[in-house]
Order: sequence, then structure tokens, then C-alpha cells
Amino acid sequence: MVTIGAKPVVGVLALQGDFREHLAVLAELGAKGVPVRRPSELDEVDGLIIPGGESTVMDKLSRAFGLADPLKQRIADGLPVYGTCAGLILLADTVLDAIDGQQTVGGLDVAVRRNAFGNQLDSFETDLEVDGFDGPPVHAAFIRAPVVERMGEGVTPLASLEDGRVVAVRQGNLLGTSFHPEITGELRFHRAFLDTVAAA
Amino acid sequence: MTDSTTSTVGTSRVKRGLAEMLKGGVIMDVVTADQAKIAEDAGAVAVMALERVPADIRAQGGVARMSDPDLIAGIVEAVSIPVMAKARIGHFVEAQVLQSLGVDYIDESEVLSPADYTNHIDKWQFTVPFVCGATNLGEALRRLTEGAAMIRSKGEAGTGDVSEATRHMRQISGEIAALASKKPDELYVAAKELQAPYELVAEVAAAGKLPVVLFTAGGVATPADAAMMMQLGADGVFVGSGIFKSGDPAKRAAAIVKATTFFDDPAVIAEASRGLGEAMVGINVADVPAPHRLAERGW
Repeated sequence: MVTIGAKPVVGVLALQGDFREHLAVLAELGAKGVPVRRPSELDEVDGLIIPGGESTVMDKLSRAFGLADPLKQRIADGLPVYGTCAGLILLADTVLDAIDGQQTVGGLDVAVRRNAFGNQLDSFETDLEVDGFDGPPVHAAFIRAPVVERMGEGVTPLASLEDGRVVAVRQGNLLGTSFHPEITGELRFHRAFLDTVAAA
Repeated sequence: MTDSTTSTVGTSRVKRGLAEMLKGGVIMDVVTADQAKIAEDAGAVAVMALERVPADIRAQGGVARMSDPDLIAGIVEAVSIPVMAKARIGHFVEAQVLQSLGVDYIDESEVLSPADYTNHIDKWQFTVPFVCGATNLGEALRRLTEGAAMIRSKGEAGTGDVSEATRHMRQISGEIAALASKKPDELYVAAKELQAPYELVAEVAAAGKLPVVLFTAGGVATPADAAMMMQLGADGVFVGSGIFKSGDPAKRAAAIVKATTFFDDPAVIAEASRGLGEAMVGINVADVPAPHRLAERGW
């Protein structure tokens, strides 16, 4: 667990999206969260959260401001990263239904489909059982959400919808969810991620 | 791995949630699928489909309505980012049509000619979320009461003059700050004065902010305009005529996106502002006679 004195610094990518909500969850858990928009800020973190937002915008800005390449290197070196929704898309090695020229930082050996449920009319809330979580099911908000369509052998699915589509995965120090624990008061994913950061 | 559970669409959380995901981004007015693609490629977080950009509505006059469904369907088809579309104030059938076309957000907008001078749309009746304009806190709270899931300050659309956007952002944030400083027994009169429900007024007073995302709109034409709105507390920016009425829309759009993200970094804003070509010519709000001011539509 995170201890006072040797508190790891958890960055939240703050180019666009609901980064404030992630910073609020980190604060609620007593962790030290900082926004990251520049390479120099990325250098200072022990873990990174990529928030919900528009993946095409985060992709463009991360390349325009020189964050994408150092982030790829840090991920290759074992940096713990948690991506929600657009963040999951940025972590995926392959994106289905990407726009022309869209890139990802990658690291997760998965193929993710953008807007897998359709438009906003199909955005929904539901309860999910998540492997390894005690207590009640996770109440999850899917907002123009992606799903994981294919996974490599090293990827562990953590949660699926009733139709079997995978919506939460882990691979080593990387964690990704299609949905947004940061807007439903769900703390267990962030707590699990902080454990990963502390152990890394 | 799931138990048998029910899924729910159209909840307040997913309606307001989509707006949360747009924060820190730029929503761009487009009138064709080609413009929508340019906006997406330039880093728009969403596009707003409308019949004519506000500057043309202002110049050409006449009744401004919802876009042709073919154009909206073409825009929905052309891009993968969220598509918003404008309906006239109070025109619930235009809103029904837009929902059936699968848009991601409806803007019940004063930029179009109002269809009802008394009532706004009952937005609770829809699965699709709504954004509405406001010039002050009371107006914002009345729109929330009717079911809006996102608010934008109105500014004065189609002018390229940011002064009204500034005024409305300062007005709304000033009123929220004043409300937050009130004692509990003063909130009843505050609700009366704001012409909004007490429960909502008390919620805003306790939180010190609106319960939904607040974007800004109306007159933003440069990267510095966008960054100023963000420094004034906007969660994001709508740019209407400012992009496709300028000399180099793609470059200007990308520059405004960068300035919105790095709104507090003058060096980045300066760099983004270089070599953009001509800004929209615009018109000073002071030169617009009162009956033609769009911000006064809505109540």
C-alpha cells in the first residue's frame, strides 16, 4: 500500500477529458496526483492514468507536444498505466474504427473497437462482476465506450458484459477499462492501480 | 462473468457524463460533411451540425432552422467523434427528428429562430442529452430544471467579438461565487430571485459550481480568445463562425485546440497563434442593434 513519506506520484494525462475526476479520486484515496501535459511532468511520475475523453484529440496533442514517444519508452520500461475509455484506446496496440492517421502509445496486446456500442443514445449504465474485487458489483457507466475485441496471450480479462464482450483487462502493469469508475464513485480500480504503482 | 443485470440508457449520469468527457476540448460548428472531417482532423472534440454558421445567419437574415437531415446524416457518417446538432428553442419536434437521426447531443440554441417564445423543450422526455445557452446563473438553472445536461455561456454568436462571452462567463461565475457565500437561510430568497428551484440553488451553493459542465460560446475567433475563456473558468469552448469564416480553417482549428489545452501557458498560445492567416472579419457587438442580438433569445 501507499505509505506516507515515500508516497509515489501518480500523473493524470491532462491534455483533454475528465482528468479532474481522476485527480479527485486519487485525492480521496490519499494518493499524490498531478496533471501531466509536458514531457518534463511525465518524467516525475511513478504511474500514469489516461482519462476518458476523445482519443483522437489526446493522440494528436500527445504527439504535438512530445509526450507520445517518452510515454511509449516509459511503458516499455514498466511504468504502471491505467486507461479509462479513451485511455484504454490509447493503451491498445490496435484500434479498430480509428480515424485516418490515428496512433496509440500502445503496450496492451489488445485490439479495441472505438464507439463499439454506437452513438450516445446507446450509452448506458450497468452492474459488472469484476475478477478479484470483493463486495458489491461494479456500477459502470459506458459512454460511447470501446470494447476489447481481441486479446493476446498475456492479457487477462477482468470483466465482461452478459454477451461476453470484454470491458476490463490487465497485462502486467497496464490496466484498462471501457467504462468510467472515476464518475461513479467506484474506488476499487484506482486502489488496485495504486497497489501496482507501489509495487513497481 | 456478469450476473443477470439490466442496462439503462439515457440516464442523467451518461448524459452529463458525455459532456464531462468533452472537457478541455473544442466543439466546432460545421455545415457540411467535408467541414466535419476537417474539424475532426484538426482535433475537434465534437462537431456541431447546423444549417448556416451564425455569421451567415446574421448576414442573410430569415428564419434559421434545424439542418437538412441529409446533411446531418452525412456528418454523422463522416466522423467518429460526437456529433451535436441545433434545434430551435422550444421546437420539440426538431429535437425528436435529431434524436431519430442518431446525433449525440442536441443544442437547443438561440442561434436559430425560436419556435416557442414561452416554453423551452422538455428535455427530460429524450434519451439524447441537451446543451443549452445561458447568459446568467438563473437562466442556466432553469435550463437544468428542464433537463439540460450541459450549459454553454451564450456570448454573441456570429460576431467574432468575444466581449459578450467574457461578460456571460464572468456573470455566471460571479453569481455562483455570491451564492456559495450565502447563509443557508438566505438561499430561499436567492431561489426566488434566480427563478430556479430551491433544491438546485442549494446544490450549487454547496458545491460552488454547476452540477454540469459549463462551456463557453459566441464570438471566439482566436487561440487567445479560447485560452481567455478557459482562464475565466470555462470547461471547454464552442467555436462557430470563427473557424470556417477564417482564411485557413484547418490551421486555425488546430491552433485553437492547442491553446485550449495549454490555456495557462502564454508561450504555447503565442506559438499556436503564429501564421494563422486572416481571422474572421467580424462585427462589434456594440454595432449590433438590440433586436438582432441572439443572446437575448431564451428566458
